[in-house]
Amino acid sequence: MVAKSVPRLNNQRMSLAGDDPRLAADHEHGSELSETQLRVRALESILVEKGYVDPAALDVLIETYETKVGPHNGARVVAKAWTDPDFRQWLLTDSGAAIASLGYTGRQGENMVALENTSSVHNLVVCTLCSCYPVPVLGLPPVWYKSAPYRSRAVADPRGVLHDFGVELPPDTEIRVWDSTAEVRYLVVPTRPVGTDGWREEQLAGLVTRDSMIGAGLPKRPQDVR
Amino acid sequence: MNGAQDMGGVHGFGAVMPEPDEPVFHANWERRVLALTLAMGATGEWPLDASRFARENRPPAEYLAKSYYEIWLAGLEQLLVARGLVAPDELTAGRSLQPAKAVKRTLPAGDTTGSLERGRPTNREAPRPARFKVGDQVRAKNTHPVTHTRLPRYVRGHTGTITRAHGCHVFPDTNAHGHGEDPQWLYTVSFKGRELWGAEADPTVTVSVDAFEPYLEPAP
Repeated sequence: MVAKSVPRLNNQRMSLAGDDPRLAADHEHGSELSETQLRVRALESILVEKGYVDPAALDVLIETYETKVGPHNGARVVAKAWTDPDFRQWLLTDSGAAIASLGYTGRQGENMVALENTSSVHNLVVCTLCSCYPVPVLGLPPVWYKSAPYRSRAVADPRGVLHDFGVELPPDTEIRVWDSTAEVRYLVVPTRPVGTDGWREEQLAGLVTRDSMIGAGLPKRPQDVR
Repeated sequence: MNGAQDMGGVHGFGAVMPEPDEPVFHANWERRVLALTLAMGATGEWPLDASRFARENRPPAEYLAKSYYEIWLAGLEQLLVARGLVAPDELTAGRSLQPAKAVKRTLPAGDTTGSLERGRPTNREAPRPARFKVGDQVRAKNTHPVTHTRLPRYVRGHTGTITRAHGCHVFPDTNAHGHGEDPQWLYTVSFKGRELWGAEADPTVTVSVDAFEPYLEPAP
């Protein structure tokens, strides 16, 4: 077992979904640099030397996706839709404008479509061809979303994939899978958990998980956060 | 291309294994690869479609053996060399050996946030009227280009319904290869699970893809 505090191994072969330390190819310990680390370092030096990239811009890009843009953005969109019927209607009919009104725009979210789950319909989003993902509202995609197990099965066996996430839907629930094959990006609006009457928007946002906005999970329940 | 990237319906990859409390990056070099790819993309020397093709255009065994960001790194190196922006011996040496080539623009730190927030919309003026409308029955063409395409294999030859129309967008199949944006109408096409996967498939499933007009023909 690898303790969580140890620097993680890069064992995320495209064909795998999870951790298998036996396949680790890229240790990041001590002064021993892997071939990949050396290649990346070399490439960055060349591109900076040639003036193609501004090192300070690289730092901004990393900081943006590591600390600023993430699922908390989407959670705010969903929580607002749960509490404000006019916003919900706007979100479902003109998703891009409604999401932009909260300040979430730009790269990999230029054409947003919000998909509402109901008691009889469940939506699941995938990109079978690469890793297309609604970045302004969810940040960068997790490894499992980019992995072969998810990309291969989400379209052919969505209930099996949901089972992997511990989600079991009633057998008659209609499942709509959305394969992001062009530049349209999908955000799932999960159903509001029961027992949240009177909750404020900020409280509700705390129930909205990343996976629930992809359709691979359900929101937390009130008892999960007490 | 019918490469390893086109994964819909492939068997044998096993269960999805989500990582609890997954960090955004798993190694520092992944941060650098993401940033270098985005910063070079902002130079305008190639479009996103060319980046996607550079990543997928490799032997299936290699694609599957690499991690996600290793594929990004390989794709970036290949684009830089193909465009003459970096020479192979420079990659080996780890430093610049030749004068830089002029790039269309660079991404300044001061405009990085603005650039991300503006994004790069692919919507274009319609060059001609749409051939299809919502509600039409269409068949995804049985076509196997060796070049970049965004029509996954698992829908080819199958019949579905146009459920949304998204206006005209840059056509990846031409744009990835330097043949221009050639804007095309883009539709969401919804297929019944049983149409795609056979009579044994789950009857509650519908699968939708976003398909450019040249991918489609009227249903027979």
